[in-house]
Amino acid sequence: MLGTAILSGLVLGGTYALVAMGLTLQYGIARIMNLAYGETIIAAAFLAYVMFSQWGVSPVLGLLIAIPGGFFLGYIVYGLLMRPLVARARDKASLEIDSILATFGLLFVIQGLLLVVFGANFTNYSYLNIPVKVLGTTVAANRLLALVMAVVSGLGIYLVLTRTLWGTALRAVAVSPSSAALVGIDVDKAARTAFAIGGALAAAGGVVISMYQTFTATSGVVFTMKALIVVIMGGVGNILGALSAGLILGLVETFVATFVSPGLTLAATYLIFLGVLLWRPAGMFGRTTR
Amino acid sequence: MKTFQRRQVLRSAALVAAVAATGVGRAAFGEERKSVRIGYAISKTGPNAGGAGITTLPNYLLWVKDVNDAGGLELPDGKKLPIEVIEYDDRSSSEEVVRATERLATDDQVDFILAPWGTGFNLAVAPLFDRYGYPQLAVSAVTDKAPQFVQRWKKSFWMLGGGHDYAKALASILVEANKAGTINNKVAMVSVADGFGIDLVSAAGPAFKEAGIEVVYEQTYPLATSDFSPVINEAMASGADSFVAFSYPPDTFALTQQAQVASFNPKVLYLGVGTGFPVYGKNNGENATGIMSLGGIDPANKANEEYRKRHEAHTGIAPDYWGSVITYASLQMLQEAIKRKGLDREAVSAELASGTFETVLGETKFEENQLRKLWWTGQWQNGQFVGVAPSDRQGVSKVVLPRQEWKKA
Repeated sequence: MLGTAILSGLVLGGTYALVAMGLTLQYGIARIMNLAYGETIIAAAFLAYVMFSQWGVSPVLGLLIAIPGGFFLGYIVYGLLMRPLVARARDKASLEIDSILATFGLLFVIQGLLLVVFGANFTNYSYLNIPVKVLGTTVAANRLLALVMAVVSGLGIYLVLTRTLWGTALRAVAVSPSSAALVGIDVDKAARTAFAIGGALAAAGGVVISMYQTFTATSGVVFTMKALIVVIMGGVGNILGALSAGLILGLVETFVATFVSPGLTLAATYLIFLGVLLWRPAGMFGRTTR
Repeated sequence: MKTFQRRQVLRSAALVAAVAATGVGRAAFGEERKSVRIGYAISKTGPNAGGAGITTLPNYLLWVKDVNDAGGLELPDGKKLPIEVIEYDDRSSSEEVVRATERLATDDQVDFILAPWGTGFNLAVAPLFDRYGYPQLAVSAVTDKAPQFVQRWKKSFWMLGGGHDYAKALASILVEANKAGTINNKVAMVSVADGFGIDLVSAAGPAFKEAGIEVVYEQTYPLATSDFSPVINEAMASGADSFVAFSYPPDTFALTQQAQVASFNPKVLYLGVGTGFPVYGKNNGENATGIMSLGGIDPANKANEEYRKRHEAHTGIAPDYWGSVITYASLQMLQEAIKRKGLDREAVSAELASGTFETVLGETKFEENQLRKLWWTGQWQNGQFVGVAPSDRQGVSKVVLPRQEWKKA
């Protein structure tokens, strides 16, 4: 029973982590509080749905289109929408406010487009819904894929950020953009790339969770909210923080559902969130000084 | 400066008043009526949009098209007037639906208002419908209190029954199957912690107890739960042959998928809203066979079959197997009542309450402002979700139990 709960919890946590990692990059490095993040996920989910239902293309192949597509979209959005805001922001706080307002508008633009094209109905398809036995527990293959992707991309990006020169430049921008500029880092390009990578992660997340999650054109805000909780709990800008926070939330939810009551999962999730913030206000791995 | 502005304001106010007066005056002079104005507030966006977009809105659009294609709404004197639609998006907000309904009644002064989607919204607008004298054909509302509502709001019509009806029908199916030795009398029951789930589980509890059915596992889960593996694992361990879930569409789909993954094969599988969606049958294919839920249709009803084809052809999506056809039938009743009694809302309401109508459901008649000839339980058989209860109704299909095991895709 315990093993089942642990594994199911990790798998559920994989979903949460996958949808949150892109946001932590965008918020941490590019300093953009992207409220339209969930909409990117949903747009990618619709893409996978269309590819699967209309053209019979597997969503795994859809990843090959979604990831570059998400990157490209993030690149364009930052260049057109965010760069002017960054240029005129006097300090971090005003940039956050400006980016919240701008991305809030972007949220409605994307949501409106999706509503016009796809309508507001429940969209659902089933792919890779086959049982896979892992360590004595049966889990769905598509959910396991989400966990695997979350771990792989999380570790991969962590290694890039810490082991490569370019990754270190990104981290420098996250710590202090003004100082980074002084040492010759192109802050604008770094932020733009980080934002685009965040978009690519969002798109990948959208494609994978569309395999098992029912969604509508208006589900974006739900995902943004969930991602935000994971990001803040894990520490803004910290990719391993987002990964571990997501996994912890998944574990907590499954444990409470299995051993206490499924009705208390929401309460337990927010209780943990509250607890972590009281213990470490900047998040689990967040920096205390900004 | 101030006096100059004041004169300007007074001038423009007078102009506005004059324009308004002519507008009102025009109507008051009884100018030739060019159309019948029908208005509705529907959830086109927001959390209710999924349900409204399958059960209610396509039927409103289809009906208006059908009527206008035939030349318009026929009045008692034989004249046909086209329908002019005034549509508002209530954005799944109860304040918005009340405001929009008020606007339809007072500002737009439509001839008839069609009901919104959802039990809560229908209850929210019922006082308004009553105050302004509009008949309310509340289709997408499941409530046991309909008899009381009819006493309070004399022009309200409740067309989808109440939680007790569905729970009692399910209980009797389980009792029958238990008597035949197909299943044991144990049930595992879960429900979503929201209106629909709460309503049905509070009706099912007493209904099961009365029928001698033992509920060995009972849980509620919050809205937007996506992982049901703990629930399914515990239901599997409970030893119950029947699994009942009063769930919303996302939960229904998730439960189905995770039951397949866990190889959870209860002999009776009853799920909530969403089971009767055509996309459910499409996604699950053969695996949907045997799964039961609320609603259903009579597969032999030719009028229904033709309606389903027209619905899909015009709106692009297939109707659901529960409330869609009831919605269309309610509009047909309204159309026929207008044909018999004209546009006087009192007369139309009286005709709806007392008259007999021929609709896609067959012969349809209200019993004390409620539609009681409904399919309470349906089951997926041969690619269609057919009505299996009440078992003594004409057109019923026989329940097939136990459900076959999940087939590998």
